[in-house]
Amino acid sequence: MGEGFHPTTADELEAVVKWASAERTPLEVIGSGSKCNWGRAVQSAHTLRVDGISGVIDYEPAELVLTVKAGTPLTDVQTLLKEHNQELPFEPADLSAVLGGPNQAGTIGGVLATNLSGPRRLKAGAARDHVLGLEAVSGRGEIFKAGGRVVKNVTGYDLSRGFCSSWGTLAVATSFSIKVLPRAAKECTFVLLGLTPQEASSAMSEAMGSSAEVSSAAHLPKGFCPLSQEHSITLLRLEGIPVSIDYRLNKLRSILKRFPSQELIEGQASRKTWGDLRDLIPFAGSDKPLWKLSVSPTAGQQMIAELEKRFAIRWMMDWAGGLVWVEMQGEEPHDVPLRRLIAENGGGHATLLRASAELRTSVDVFQPLPETLMGLSKRLKAQFDPHNILNPGRMYAGI
Amino acid sequence: MAAIAMPKPSQETLKKRSKIVADLQKIVRGEGVICDEIEMRPYETDALTAYRQLPLVVVLPETVDQVSQVLKYCYDNDVKVVPRGAGTSLSGGALPLEDGVLLSMMKFNRILEIDLENRAVVTQPGVTNLGITTAVQQDGFYYAPDPSSQIACSIGGNIAENSGGVHSLKYGLTTNNLLGLEIVLITGEVIRLGGKHLDSEAYDLMALLTGSEGLLAVVTEVTVRVLQKPETARAALIGFPTSEEAGKCVAEIIGAGIIPGGMELMDKLAIDAAEDFVHAGYPLDVDALMIVELDGPEAEVDDLLKRVSAIAEKNGSSYLRVSQSEEERNTFWAGRKAAFPAVGRISPDYLCMDGTIPRAALPQVLQEMQELSEKHGLRVANVFHAGDGNLHPLILYDANKPGELAAAEAFGADILRLCVKVGGVLTGEHGVGIEKRDLMPEMYSEDDLKQQQRVKCAFDEKQLLNPGKMFPVLHRCAELGFMHVHQGQLPFPDIPRF
Repeated sequence: MGEGFHPTTADELEAVVKWASAERTPLEVIGSGSKCNWGRAVQSAHTLRVDGISGVIDYEPAELVLTVKAGTPLTDVQTLLKEHNQELPFEPADLSAVLGGPNQAGTIGGVLATNLSGPRRLKAGAARDHVLGLEAVSGRGEIFKAGGRVVKNVTGYDLSRGFCSSWGTLAVATSFSIKVLPRAAKECTFVLLGLTPQEASSAMSEAMGSSAEVSSAAHLPKGFCPLSQEHSITLLRLEGIPVSIDYRLNKLRSILKRFPSQELIEGQASRKTWGDLRDLIPFAGSDKPLWKLSVSPTAGQQMIAELEKRFAIRWMMDWAGGLVWVEMQGEEPHDVPLRRLIAENGGGHATLLRASAELRTSVDVFQPLPETLMGLSKRLKAQFDPHNILNPGRMYAGI
Repeated sequence: MAAIAMPKPSQETLKKRSKIVADLQKIVRGEGVICDEIEMRPYETDALTAYRQLPLVVVLPETVDQVSQVLKYCYDNDVKVVPRGAGTSLSGGALPLEDGVLLSMMKFNRILEIDLENRAVVTQPGVTNLGITTAVQQDGFYYAPDPSSQIACSIGGNIAENSGGVHSLKYGLTTNNLLGLEIVLITGEVIRLGGKHLDSEAYDLMALLTGSEGLLAVVTEVTVRVLQKPETARAALIGFPTSEEAGKCVAEIIGAGIIPGGMELMDKLAIDAAEDFVHAGYPLDVDALMIVELDGPEAEVDDLLKRVSAIAEKNGSSYLRVSQSEEERNTFWAGRKAAFPAVGRISPDYLCMDGTIPRAALPQVLQEMQELSEKHGLRVANVFHAGDGNLHPLILYDANKPGELAAAEAFGADILRLCVKVGGVLTGEHGVGIEKRDLMPEMYSEDDLKQQQRVKCAFDEKQLLNPGKMFPVLHRCAELGFMHVHQGQLPFPDIPRF
């Protein structure tokens, strides 16, 4: 029977990893465990839970930097920032609606380890773009730090960003410094009704290519969710000071005037709309396989057109088409045709977000890598975690 | 030449030089291999001109296949390689090695694709930073990171250094504007990362490569995102009686939720030198001068300028001018952008430092820097990217006076130690290179540095790519892989379990 370690300090965490390294015994590394149903399952006797290492180390609102322990609940971080009228610009999602488990359970470490970003990623950048510094324990059981607490820093390799999207397979973070930004004074969403995916794609592309400074752009097909009951809807989010929003709204109205069916969602309703899309609420209440496709923005609608010819799907586009969520209605595995279509449409990657444990063990959850890239990734893993004790197999076999 | 120890040249490589040259000529035919001493001279240094070294041979490949073959040849024959872009590194990142091939990427000078629908540009690495903006500006787009060497520096070099510019608080550094890379490893393997999609798959290797100073791989293709140019940009020139008040003003602007496109500070010596040089109309009766630039829709810019002006007044500003035309805005910047050469006019030589500090520490750092200035007997002028905390102290010295260069370097090292002491870092945008290499232990522990070097081992186990840069002590990868093992210890009884 394995142990569940629940350290409360970086030193305790280091001791656990040192022991596991010496014993060559794998650890399943989790924050609170809110994303355990995502990714590949880890075969390990022991679990290392990081959410005991929690709390704010330093927060200077005027510096726009927050230094926080890795196991701090995401909601604590968000609440603290909100008190100072600031936020995490990359809008991390709460995926409990599709992954199950309690609401709002994730840790900041889990957000960064999975590079989890929401709709505003389009303009503000991803989670990894906001990481400035890291302290972590490598699979060798050694504490190391990288980066710092300042925005501009080229002192050594950028291990802090390198940690992001490593799923706890390289090192276990104990703290981060993160760039934060002021919350926008106001937000609203400009809505176009009844566009086809192709029209939506070109509308989003035009909006993004204009000086309207659209911060999120999504398209939902008709009948997909309560918001798009009667028509498909295309959503363009504007944030900023009121005088600026008014101007940019007029700009959007003018460049998209060929789509006459326009509406506006304001204030709290706009925030709720994007919050629901961020948390994938339209895909809640189902256990059908849900795929995340990352493609060039204009390829999003091509992917949908091709997929609809072949499969029964429910879908929505975010990131101006660059992020396509696809829920497969059929039971058979779809990894191979999905990835072939991506390759034929300019490249990108497909990740299986929600699926049964059986499906997750029988298909590649993450995009398979070419041999050379896999070789390099394995060498990188070995340099951080030579005995393969941190989340082995969480992303790929051998990593 | 100042004394920074470089790795000992391999006598074996030096002895085989003519064979290596002949072999490389078989891979890159014609004028792509330069071995004549006079023709190699232009490559002996970069923008850190205090250091010079002729390379073993210069190679200028034109195709990815040639890059791959050259690197594989060097790998097979244990020959070191120093990659070079435009040679504008301020930290000696492209300083050649006597026993190393200098691999110039400047024949990779074509933009491959402009895809404005996806707001992406695919380019070869030798294209200049400004060249990308030039290629898309007729459509209203630009490439955001704008290092001051942008006319000359290459995008490949920007990747190597993670270059910033004056707008990085709002628009990010190179790493935040990069979508895809094609790289060649020292083994000759070609790897593609990312593309036009957001977020690359698997490990974030682009994060590790950006800012890796040519130690991990050679970049052969770059995909960057381009942005729509803001409709309006206006700048305010704000003077303060002391830098303390200026520092408070900076904090309060950001505290008010305003993120300016650019926010710069200059101290008295820098103001006077710049004004004397370019006549930008700077006030001479202030101790600190701030340029705040706001960009976006006109109504937004006007509104924010009003708020910034009010904050400045509240913090004791003694001078305020807001640009009324594009010409005037450019004049405001002309002084700042000429600050380095302007300081060059009042001193025979200067050293440009590049620490970053938390903004709040500025008054303390300026105060302590004055004390250091007196201690070392050298003057210092300061320009400061206040938006992102990046400080450029310019240490004035005369290389012809015995001992002054050494004194200037010691002063510089003290400044960087000061930056680290207040919670900052050694280098914000110029890179470690050879210049700050031996100061790395000021910021990082031995374990920190060893973990960084292990990353290099994953990419370049033989440590042939740009050795001698960034890390003060070269460890062999086998030595870095060694682990102190304490077998049989019990899981620690006092750690909580669940």
